[in-house]
Amino acid sequence: MTFVFCVLAALTLAGGLAAVLLKNTVHCALALTVAFAGLALLYLDLDAQFAGFAQILVYIGAVAILVVFAILLTKGSETPKDGVYSRNWPVGLVIAAGVFAVLGWAVLQSVNVLPHETGPAPTVTVLQIGNALMGRYVLPLEIVALLLTAALIGAVIVAMHEKESAK
Amino acid sequence: MTPLTGYLLVAALLFAIGLAGALTRRNAILVLIGIELMLNAANLNLIAFWRYGPHPEALTGMMFAIFSIAVAAAEAAVGLGLVISIHRHAHTTDLDAMNRMKG
Amino acid sequence: MQETISFTPQLAASLIAEILWLIPAVPIVASGVIALLKQPKRQASAALAIGSLGFSLLLSLIAFGHVLAGWAHKVDVREVVNFTWLQFGTSNVDLGWVLDPLSAVMLVMVTFVGLLIFIYSVGYMAHDENFTRFFCFLSLFAGGMLTVVIANSILLLFMGWELVGLTSYLLIGFWYQKPSAAAAAKKAFLTTRVGDVFFLLGIVWLFAQTGTLLFYSHGAGSIESGALNALLAQHSALGLTAAGAIGLLIFAGAAGKSGQFPLHVWLPDAMEGPTPVSALIHAATMVAAGVYLVARVYPLMHAGALTGGTTTALTVVTWVGAFTAVFAALIAVAQSDIKRILAYSTVSQLGYMMAGLGMGGVAVGMFHLITHAFFKALLFMGAGSVIHGSHDEQDIRRMGGLRGSMPVTFATYGIGMLALCGFPLFFSGFWSKDGILEAAKHWSVARTPFYMLVFGALLTAFYMTRQVSYVFFGESRAASHAHESPRVMTVPLAILAFFAMALGLIGTPAWPWFRSFLDGRAAVLDLHGFDEPGLFALMVTSTVVVFIGLGLGLWLYGSKSPAPEQPEVLERLAPAPWRWLRDRLYVDEFYGVTVIAFYGWWARVADWLDRRVWGGAVAGVAWAFRGWAQFNRFLDTNVVDGSFDKGCEELASGGGLLSRMQNGRVQTYLRILAVSVVALAAILIWSTRP
Repeated sequence: MTFVFCVLAALTLAGGLAAVLLKNTVHCALALTVAFAGLALLYLDLDAQFAGFAQILVYIGAVAILVVFAILLTKGSETPKDGVYSRNWPVGLVIAAGVFAVLGWAVLQSVNVLPHETGPAPTVTVLQIGNALMGRYVLPLEIVALLLTAALIGAVIVAMHEKESAK
Repeated sequence: MTPLTGYLLVAALLFAIGLAGALTRRNAILVLIGIELMLNAANLNLIAFWRYGPHPEALTGMMFAIFSIAVAAAEAAVGLGLVISIHRHAHTTDLDAMNRMKG
Repeated sequence: MQETISFTPQLAASLIAEILWLIPAVPIVASGVIALLKQPKRQASAALAIGSLGFSLLLSLIAFGHVLAGWAHKVDVREVVNFTWLQFGTSNVDLGWVLDPLSAVMLVMVTFVGLLIFIYSVGYMAHDENFTRFFCFLSLFAGGMLTVVIANSILLLFMGWELVGLTSYLLIGFWYQKPSAAAAAKKAFLTTRVGDVFFLLGIVWLFAQTGTLLFYSHGAGSIESGALNALLAQHSALGLTAAGAIGLLIFAGAAGKSGQFPLHVWLPDAMEGPTPVSALIHAATMVAAGVYLVARVYPLMHAGALTGGTTTALTVVTWVGAFTAVFAALIAVAQSDIKRILAYSTVSQLGYMMAGLGMGGVAVGMFHLITHAFFKALLFMGAGSVIHGSHDEQDIRRMGGLRGSMPVTFATYGIGMLALCGFPLFFSGFWSKDGILEAAKHWSVARTPFYMLVFGALLTAFYMTRQVSYVFFGESRAASHAHESPRVMTVPLAILAFFAMALGLIGTPAWPWFRSFLDGRAAVLDLHGFDEPGLFALMVTSTVVVFIGLGLGLWLYGSKSPAPEQPEVLERLAPAPWRWLRDRLYVDEFYGVTVIAFYGWWARVADWLDRRVWGGAVAGVAWAFRGWAQFNRFLDTNVVDGSFDKGCEELASGGGLLSRMQNGRVQTYLRILAVSVVALAAILIWSTRP
């Protein structure tokens, strides 16, 4: 439990909390961005540099922007009159707490089983990743490419203005 | 408490936070935000296990996480497109008001 | 004195005995065929009836001839044909028929007189629309009566007895639309029923004691010596032996059928039937069945008598017969319906026959029965001719002077009347009645019956003369002019008149053929038979009595023609006794007060019982059932239906509850999903704990 880890963890969790608790939706989106950044730094701490930079590029650079756009397009900046939390929101809280409890318990249970020694930091080069992508993981790559294409087209169609009904 | 355990707990906490948000906020977009947080927590889990697992040179964990990021991005796009489309029809993103599937 | 040559008994059945059953069977079958014919087929029905009875007459003559031939050859004919009808355990129910002199003479008489009456009925019933039905019943009656005659089994006799009773009922009530006829038929049936109950008791007792129903069965029969000795050894109540008691029971049945006092009340009322019925059934044959029955079981009734003496049973028979003879003759004096006079006369003569059987034995009684059958049938048919000619007038006070307008009827009626009175020498009635008087004179117990019977003879002559004077002499008091009857009616009258005279010849003391034939002895023509002591005096006595009666009648009535509204001569002399006699000595009224009243009371009691007690029980059961049904309905509606409805309601509300889970909100679904995953994960982790 290094100091860096604690700071980064605190940052990420704070960002996440802010993302779900704030009233203003845009603030939530920005907090989300902070959470993403925290996570990217955590990846870097874990010697997964490629994953970290991919996180920054994709999540902060695309997803967060996308979320902001969506908020703006749906007039989410206006605060709703009934409050931001849904009915029976304590129930949801309890359920989330339950989930955390279970996960935490699982983790703490298996402390003995998990590997103790920390091996040397792996050196991962982009070449290795490239080779892996084109070699061992070529099929998932192609499928993901297909998926992205479909998602792209789908998103466009779904969000498109409908034609007016023929007169 | 090994480093791995710390990372796993953080990931679990982040996951729970994301779930809480998805379950308690009214706005549909905030639900999607919560979902993104959950996905990210899972990614963290994967990277942590890759780093402290038996064969980090196999790159399995990293690859998994990268693909997950890609898919999450696609999913966010489609999801937000849906929300926008619903907003166009119902003029609201309030989930409590959307109960036309009531049985 | 007649020699007594003992005859050799012949028991083996000849051909005629084997086919003897045809004699009653053919008329019964003819009756069945006539029943199926339609009303308009009158000629066919008459032809069938007359033809069948003619056939029976032919067979009877052959049988009689066979017995006669046997008798001529000094063979005592008694042929029996027996067979077992039912068997239960060790007892048998046997039926069978017997051919002996007694049954042979009776067969000939019944079929002959019956045939003549059948022919007479063709003319008498010609205007009646129920012609076919009449001949059907007549034929059935003939079959029944012939069954009684030939029966060797007391059960077969009883069957024929009942059949005869049934047809008598049917024929008396032939014109059933008349209430009086229907009532008379019922009265006849019920009164003879009273006698039949005792008869049946006698049959059952006889069967139980002797173990057989057959009269003659090669020594094992119920009236043959073996059985009789056993019966005599048994003692029953009132000092009687079993034989005497059974004999009295059987006599009770005979008294009912033959109209002895006190069961005589049905015979006069039976005159409601058509005249041929009165002639055949209530003069010649059915009422004679009782006498024939007593003659048949005579060995039973006579058993135990010392020589020259008599038994208790025969004593009772005699007294009842003598009393009936006088009783009925007295009532006949005051009657004014032509058929009713003859009915009471029949009752009186039946009394004579019973007295003759009681005092003199089978032959004496049977001889009078045979002669009476002929002249009484003649008288009734003559009366029928008179009624027919007078256009259905039956009151003698409204007739008169028919001597000129109906000569043939008058002649034959006169012959019959003289035979009935017992006019000396040329008429059969004289000889037969004399036989009875002679037996009465020599009766060992008392002389009173003799005096009663002599007085009865006087009365007979008197009332017959009165009737003949009213009907045939004097001037006509009728509404319309009378005419002679057609040939089909007068020819049988003539035939019967001939026999009414000729039959006397076979019963004279000079040649007692009839008695010898029945007793199984040789008969010799011997004019010295008249020399028997006391016989001549007796003949003179009866002649004098007859002349006194005839003279009194002619003197009081003669050719006078009293108007119907005026009271009669005797009525003026002695009004009260005349009224009693005219009202039939109040026997019917007595029955009405006692028996009928009791029966009415008992019927009311039974009705109350039925309505209140049994009806109440049934109503109670019905009420219980209805209550139970109500209870079940309550259960069904509230418990069964209720529970079922409740269950369905619960299901519906449960479904309603469950449907609330689908509230259409995404976050709810998500929450449920999360909970389920948590639960499953918890289970998984729990199960893999080290």
